[in-house]
Amino acid sequence: MTPPFILEIAFVILILAIAVGTLVARTAFTAVLLFMIYGLLIAIAWVRLSAVDVALTEAAIGGGLTGMLLLGAVARLRESEGSGEEPGLPTLLAAGTFCVLVSAALGTLVLSRPEVAPSLAPMVMDNLAQSALGNPVAAVLFVFRAFDTLLEKVVLLLALIGVWSLAPDRAWGGVPGLRLYAEPSSILVFLAQLLPPIGIMIGIYMFWTGASYPGGAFQGGTVLAAMWLLVMIARLQPVPAISLRRIRLLLVVGPVIFVAIGLLGFVVADAFLAYPANYAKPLIITAEATLTLSIGVTLGLLVAGPPDRMLQP
Amino acid sequence: MTLALNIFTIVAVSAGSFFFMAGTIGLLRFPDTMTRLHALTKVDNLGLGLIVFGLLPQAEGLLAVLKLLCVWIFVQLSGAIVSQLVAQLARGDGQQR
Amino acid sequence: MNSIALFAYCGAAMVGLGLFGLITKPQVLRKILAFNVLGTGVFLLFGVIARRGAAAGLPSDPVPQALVITGIVVAFSATTMAVVLLLRLYAETGEATLDSDDPPNAGTDGGR
Repeated sequence: MTPPFILEIAFVILILAIAVGTLVARTAFTAVLLFMIYGLLIAIAWVRLSAVDVALTEAAIGGGLTGMLLLGAVARLRESEGSGEEPGLPTLLAAGTFCVLVSAALGTLVLSRPEVAPSLAPMVMDNLAQSALGNPVAAVLFVFRAFDTLLEKVVLLLALIGVWSLAPDRAWGGVPGLRLYAEPSSILVFLAQLLPPIGIMIGIYMFWTGASYPGGAFQGGTVLAAMWLLVMIARLQPVPAISLRRIRLLLVVGPVIFVAIGLLGFVVADAFLAYPANYAKPLIITAEATLTLSIGVTLGLLVAGPPDRMLQP
Repeated sequence: MTLALNIFTIVAVSAGSFFFMAGTIGLLRFPDTMTRLHALTKVDNLGLGLIVFGLLPQAEGLLAVLKLLCVWIFVQLSGAIVSQLVAQLARGDGQQR
Repeated sequence: MNSIALFAYCGAAMVGLGLFGLITKPQVLRKILAFNVLGTGVFLLFGVIARRGAAAGLPSDPVPQALVITGIVVAFSATTMAVVLLLRLYAETGEATLDSDDPPNAGTDGGR
């Protein structure tokens, strides 16, 4: 029972208390706030598990963007608070027993595995030099399992198309209904003029340093999306209509270049998304750079939501 | 020398945590939005500053020191702006939350 | 019990809590919150598996970490779609729960 372990026990108790608070909070606003805190605490838990790339992604996407999305939803759903019938005691007891069983089963399963756990780390480290990257997680994401990353980006685009398809007919192809700040506020404008240049630099830095240190395209892209959303909410830039060609171009440039580099792999190397030996690093950096830009625009538009009005001519 | 630096780190981080605790008690016990904002911004900025100050000897290299200071500056900036916005809203509605 | 086992129990507990919230809360927004808690618990279990696979000088197996990063992004996409569907349901029917037995009011949209 060393002091660090006692602190970890306290930390886990805090995480579970906040999770319970998220579920039993009386108003939806409180629940979403507790959920954002919960997301940031989980990011710390990821650092304790020595997975710093995952911690960055969780803090940015899980804590930041998801919280912002849910806060917007809470604001629109305010009149429907407290509606719906709470389930009766038998349902609660049955659900509770079922969930306790599931938790116990998962806990024992994850820990009852062989003493020397099987691991793919040796295989990754053996081939790391070939991938010309220093960060093993980035190597897995962009070299060894690059196909999964491409499909992940396509999933983001499909979600965006799904969100856009939920627009009412009269607003098809119009301007997303992002909730802007009620009136131009000089303080918010000050923040939106000061922070985005720094934020863009930080986002590009996070993507650039992801090749050798924790970071990467998704984390950097999320910071870029957050800066764009801040500028739009402070009414410094208008929310773009989704039918604009430049928006659609920015959305697809990332996956298209990634697929093009993959098809290039057929020509100069052995297979789809195989990189030629000498040009691996420049190709990976190019793919990641355009992917960061596309991810920023996609995530920003996902949070902005479906269109709800046409652009006034 | 390292012992002195470690003791400095422990003292500064503990003082920072004490200020954070004081700010949280203020958040939970003060009656309305304005006083809670006052407790949060004054005390949390000082607490974070002490923690960052205490971690500076443990950082490796000038770049890490600059990154820690940037963290403190950004938290202060966003905290100050957000509390101004919350205070504007609270004063405008007259709602106590 | 060491630190890895502690986080495994934490992840399993989060899965149970999220599942309970998903089953018992009638409002859809609370279900979405519970679903995210459930997802984060599953990712934490992945993290424990990655941490147990520490080998070859790395503190944590990088392949499950890459899977979790992908998973976080995909979970965010799913949450976005769920929230937009919920807001559309609310705009069309005025209900933010799923337990109404009456057919929803006819859409005022005149379209699909």
